[in-house]
Amino acid sequence: MLQEQDKIFTNLHGQNPWNLKDAKKRGDWDGTADLIKQGQVELVNQIKASGLRGRGGAGFSTGTKWSFIRCDDGTPHYLVINADESEPGTCKDRDILRAEPHKLIEGALIAGYAINSHVGYIYVRGEYYREAEILQKAIDEAYEAKLLGKNAAESGWDFDLYVHKGAGAYICGEESALLESLEGKKGQPRLKPPFPAQKGLYGCPTIINNVETISVVPTILRRGAIWFASLGRPNNSGSKIFSISGHVNHPCTVEEEMGIPLKTLIEKHAGGVIGGWDNLLAVIPGGSSVPLLPKSICDTVLMDFDSLKEVKSGLGTAAVIVMDQSTDIIEAIARLSKFYMHESCGQCSPCREGTGWMWRMMDKLAKGHGKSSDIDLLLNISQEIEGHTICALGDAAAWPVQGLIRHFRSEIEKRQQHG
Amino acid sequence: MKYQLLEIDPLFTFNTGNMAEIEKILLKYPSSFPQSAVLPLLDIAQRQNSGWLCKSALDEVAKILHMPFMQVYEIATFYSMYNLKPTGKYLLQFCRTTPCWLKGADDVELACKKHLGVGMDETTQDGMFTLKQVECLGACVHAPVVQINDDYYENLNKDSVVELLENLRRGDVTGTR
Repeated sequence: MLQEQDKIFTNLHGQNPWNLKDAKKRGDWDGTADLIKQGQVELVNQIKASGLRGRGGAGFSTGTKWSFIRCDDGTPHYLVINADESEPGTCKDRDILRAEPHKLIEGALIAGYAINSHVGYIYVRGEYYREAEILQKAIDEAYEAKLLGKNAAESGWDFDLYVHKGAGAYICGEESALLESLEGKKGQPRLKPPFPAQKGLYGCPTIINNVETISVVPTILRRGAIWFASLGRPNNSGSKIFSISGHVNHPCTVEEEMGIPLKTLIEKHAGGVIGGWDNLLAVIPGGSSVPLLPKSICDTVLMDFDSLKEVKSGLGTAAVIVMDQSTDIIEAIARLSKFYMHESCGQCSPCREGTGWMWRMMDKLAKGHGKSSDIDLLLNISQEIEGHTICALGDAAAWPVQGLIRHFRSEIEKRQQHG
Repeated sequence: MKYQLLEIDPLFTFNTGNMAEIEKILLKYPSSFPQSAVLPLLDIAQRQNSGWLCKSALDEVAKILHMPFMQVYEIATFYSMYNLKPTGKYLLQFCRTTPCWLKGADDVELACKKHLGVGMDETTQDGMFTLKQVECLGACVHAPVVQINDDYYENLNKDSVVELLENLRRGDVTGTR
């Protein structure tokens, strides 16, 4: 359990105003110049030592990612912050944007310096119109207070930060699709390599990080890598914002320690499952892309990258979608299949054709119009999509279906009228 | 066909205020990459044109950014927030994805359809409301959610959403947000 004094996001729910004056009272922008003056190598090393893993879903070591940037080649470098929060179940970055924007802005300056970048873009999903409005106001405030721009925060580093709004496309949350979109094209993922750290925005070295990842950086540096690494579990350090939605008494976003038991998380912060823990059917623990877990696993599983991987699921964006016994579990996953069909960018055939095929099959099975043998066919097709596409959307479409078959096969079989 | 430019197309040019805004937006991006501004420019065009993009608006954006028309058209059809036909004064976007569905999004949708007498992708006769189903809006802990123009309306149910519609009709937009 996270102690009150270890919380990074003390204003996550907008208890107090987001503005600069109040943000400073909460400790933001305190000695930013001194942090920066430690030097690029030292900053990267500290973030590495903290064990911070990217909070956008993939969980890659942030410090390692930063170290991929070569700082001496004279080309412009870019920092891009991914605020295209669209993974079903996830709404943590939204709370940061509207209640703690200065944590993000300060983090952007520090990260920008660490990767040798003078320009940062924050790509906010278009639907978050009001959130982008607040973020822009916060950036304006920061410019006025000389915390951004020339000699930002008296650090000796020039840094400009811009908001760029998306226009409705889940795929733009994929980092290379996001870059395409930022360059004014359709958001279709790029082939890798080259990775963005070599060739990213406008062909220049670019680091792309999630909103939450960047927002925790200033606090980690102020309180020390050792402090952050002491929270959570080995290789899964720190605190994390969880979004708990679905059949709980009080759906919420909450910052908790990594590795907290799922049951404790739900009971302590979300008021428990509606009708009590025994009324639980299944949980999707990390946003729609990860396989669901039946109650038997939920009883004991811990919420971190490695523990969830062990049970063949994932922490993803730490969006916990809770489903009680009243849920039509086949329909719940069929809806996700339709989501992926809608959001496939259409570039790779296995995904473009496969997501539609899977949805039609899922819809048939949800209605009970299929046969038992359809289940194996569906599983087979999902495996043909998985790993055969440019980006991970194909995998993300396959995994929820595979999770459903793994844990609820008999449910699907029972419903089919034609045996 | 889902996306079809209208045969009769109004003439569109950016007004002076928006032209000044566009100048400012272009400064955000390297001068050799004006195309980066295509999403914000389409957004401005749509707002000026009562919520939808006509062909001549796409043309204007293409001209300003030195892009082929077809490329702008491609972008306007790729992203879901651009409307290529007129919409009602209020565009109601119902989130249908699993977290909202678990909390009764179907009831909210049905209540609106019944109350207004129109289906999805349809506009009420008085031109007030257009209904649209969308994927996850990213406000899942406040499900079910409906986005109306720029605002999110959260924790709705079949009664509160109808009340909200009536408030909007009366021009009381602060309603139950």
